[in-house]
Formats: sequence, structure tokens, C-alpha cells
Amino acid sequence: MEVKNVKFSYGDKTVIDDLSMSLSGGRRIAVMGESGRGKTTLLKLLLGILTPSAGVIERASGEKPAVVFQEDRLLPWFSAKKNVSYSAAPGVSVEDILRDMELYDSMDKLPKELSGGMQRRAAIARALAFSGDPLLLDEPFKGLDPDMRERVAKKILLHAKNASILLITHDEHEAELLNCDEIIRL
Amino acid sequence: MRRFFRNRIVRKLIIAAVWLVIWQAAAWAVGSKLLLPSPFETGKALVLLAGTRVFWKSCLMTLLRVFAGFFLGVIAGAVLGVVTAASGFLDEFLSPLRSIVKATPVTSFIILVLLYLTSSLTPLFIAFLMVLPIVWSNVLSGIKATDAQLLEMADAFGYTKGKKLTRVYAPSVLPHFLSACTTGLGFAWKSGVTAEVIAHPAFGMGRYIYESKLYLETPELFAWTAAVIILSFALEKVVLLILGRAVKWK
Repeated sequence: MEVKNVKFSYGDKTVIDDLSMSLSGGRRIAVMGESGRGKTTLLKLLLGILTPSAGVIERASGEKPAVVFQEDRLLPWFSAKKNVSYSAAPGVSVEDILRDMELYDSMDKLPKELSGGMQRRAAIARALAFSGDPLLLDEPFKGLDPDMRERVAKKILLHAKNASILLITHDEHEAELLNCDEIIRL
Repeated sequence: MRRFFRNRIVRKLIIAAVWLVIWQAAAWAVGSKLLLPSPFETGKALVLLAGTRVFWKSCLMTLLRVFAGFFLGVIAGAVLGVVTAASGFLDEFLSPLRSIVKATPVTSFIILVLLYLTSSLTPLFIAFLMVLPIVWSNVLSGIKATDAQLLEMADAFGYTKGKKLTRVYAPSVLPHFLSACTTGLGFAWKSGVTAEVIAHPAFGMGRYIYESKLYLETPELFAWTAAVIILSFALEKVVLLILGRAVKWK
């Protein structure tokens, strides 16, 4: 995925101005910035939910990004396991990913029966099971304690070892956890 | 004693018994079974009616008309709900129709429909007409209320249209749909029996409610009404049970 001179405005307010980056070949980029600086807008542009006001986002044919949204966005009427398996790529072991996300014993529970941190890990498990490239992570460690962040980061790197990663975060330490090659500040 | 009263069934039975006592007391006070028959006189009339073929045939015919009208109304309402949710133009175009059907008094419809349909089919069509806008409105508002973030998620993870329908839209619309079915069933009974009162089909509970009133047989009028309530209650339980089973996703 190549982002070339992308600009995006909400009315008169420009939130992204002339942004370029290459999200391919296993590159890991962290995007940092305060609230309202367009980090989530960038994610929506990369997913094709929003269209740039100027510039272009080039996607390779067959490219399918996996995403962890800022909100968990789990289907509330299905178990954690079903939420993950409904997005899983063929051949992926959903149970292995849930085990790695330390959700194996709770995989049959509905999202409302899980703690906030468990719901977050289910959302990460869903993105990993999708096996997409690039992997887009919008504040993936929100609500996880420091130890859990480290363990989850290791598993993300294990399951998405060849994928390019875009991490949106407020915390530089999280960029280190995911071995990011570059930090872009918005 | 308090624990005894806490039992839900016991509590309901006690409340029902108190109301029967109030009814009996009111009947004694009025002192005329022509104006207000007692629970005993109503029960006696119901038992006598239950021994006749006309009673059972009328119950069956009313049940069939109400259920068929309800069923067709649910199907048509659900289809229209989906179609108008998918097309803003169709929603705008058809919404006056929905508003008119909702606002028009049921008696106006009954008299109008009697010009086109037989007295036996009129109650069925009226029940259909009353259920249709309720289900239609609820399904439409349920689809519109579907969480936009979940739909975005479904798109991001490549859900097909069918999977979006069964995994996102349907569970989201379900509470609206079930609520419409419960309300609609009550409306189907009331409007269907009212249509029978006016249309006078060969067999129908509404017809005999009217005839009881005509011949001042008030205990029979009460007995027919009680039978309508019992059947309505039973049908509601059965329909909700079937719907509940049908929508359990695995």
C-alpha cells in the first residue's frame, strides 16, 4: 500500500496534509499525534472508508488489510470464538490465536461477559485470524496492563511476521514493542 | 406467607382471584345479568357454548382468519421493511401509504373492503392490513438503527452481503421484529374480530358476539369475549415460541 501526497479535510479543517508513506514489504510504521490530528482519519483512508481530498492511495491487487479499530466492534450476539472465526482466513487455527491471546478459556463467552481487556484481545485475535497485509492497529493496547501489552505485542509479531504494520498510538513505548521502523508524527 | 406470595404463579392466581371477587361483587351490586353477568353465569354460558359445534367451528374459523392475516402481514411487512431500507426513494414513495393505513379507523377499512371481498375473507384482510404497517415500521427502524461501526467492521473484514444480513442486520433487527409481532398479533385479533362483527361471516366469533348483543344474551356475549381472550393469549404464546425457536442462531 502506497500513500502519495494524501490530503484530507473535514469542511475547512484540514486534518491530513500532504502525507506520503510506503506500507509494504513488511515495513512497520507508528503514527503518533495528539487527539484530533487525523490518526483515525488516516486509518479510514487506508481502509477505503474515506476518500482523500487530494493525493492517492495505491493498493496492490488482492491486498486486504486487517484492522483493529479504536473501538472493539465485536458482534455482541456472538461468542468471542465466533467473532474471530467469522473473519478468519481459510486454514487459520482460530483456537491457536485465541490461546495466544489468552482467551482460550473464555472463547465461548459473549463480548459482554468479557472484561474490557479481553474484548480488546478478541478484536486483535480477529485481525490476526484474518491474515491481512498490512495490519492496521488503532490503539491496539488500549485497556491492557503493561505485562499484557508485552505478551500481546510478541504474539502480534509472531502471527503477522511478514505483514506490514501501521500502528496508531499515543505511546512511543508501544512503537518499540512492535519494532517499528519509522515514526510519523501528525 | 411472604415467601408464598413471592412465587410468581401463586401471586398471579391470587391477583386473578381478587379480580373475580371484584367482578362478582359488581354483578351483585348491579343485580341484573342482562347488564352485568357474574363470573359464574359467564362460566356457565361458556361451558354451554363449548358443547356446541357452532362454537368450535367459529373459534377455528376466527383463529384461521386471524393467523393467516397476521402471517401474511408479517411476511409483507418484513419484505417492505427491507426493501424501503435499501431504497430511500421507495421509502419516501411508500411512506404516505404506511401513514394512511396506520391513521385510518379500522371500521372505515372494513366497510370499504366489504365492497370487494367476501364476508369471510374481509376479517383476514383487515388483520393483514393492521399488522403490515407495524412490522414494516419496526423492521425499517431496526435496519436503520443497525450499528454503523459494526457495518464498517463487516466491510473491512470482507463479509459478503449474505453474511452481513445474517450476522449483523438480522440479530440487530430481531428485537424490533419480535416486538412488532407481539403488538401486531394483538391488533390482528382485535381488528379481525371487529371485522367479523361488521362483516357477519357464516362462522366467526365476532359474528356471535354481535348476535349475543342483538338478542340481549349478555352472558353469551361475555362468554364469547372470554373465548376470544383465551384464544388470543394462547396464539400469542404459540407464535412467540415458534419465533423464538426459529431465530436462535447457532
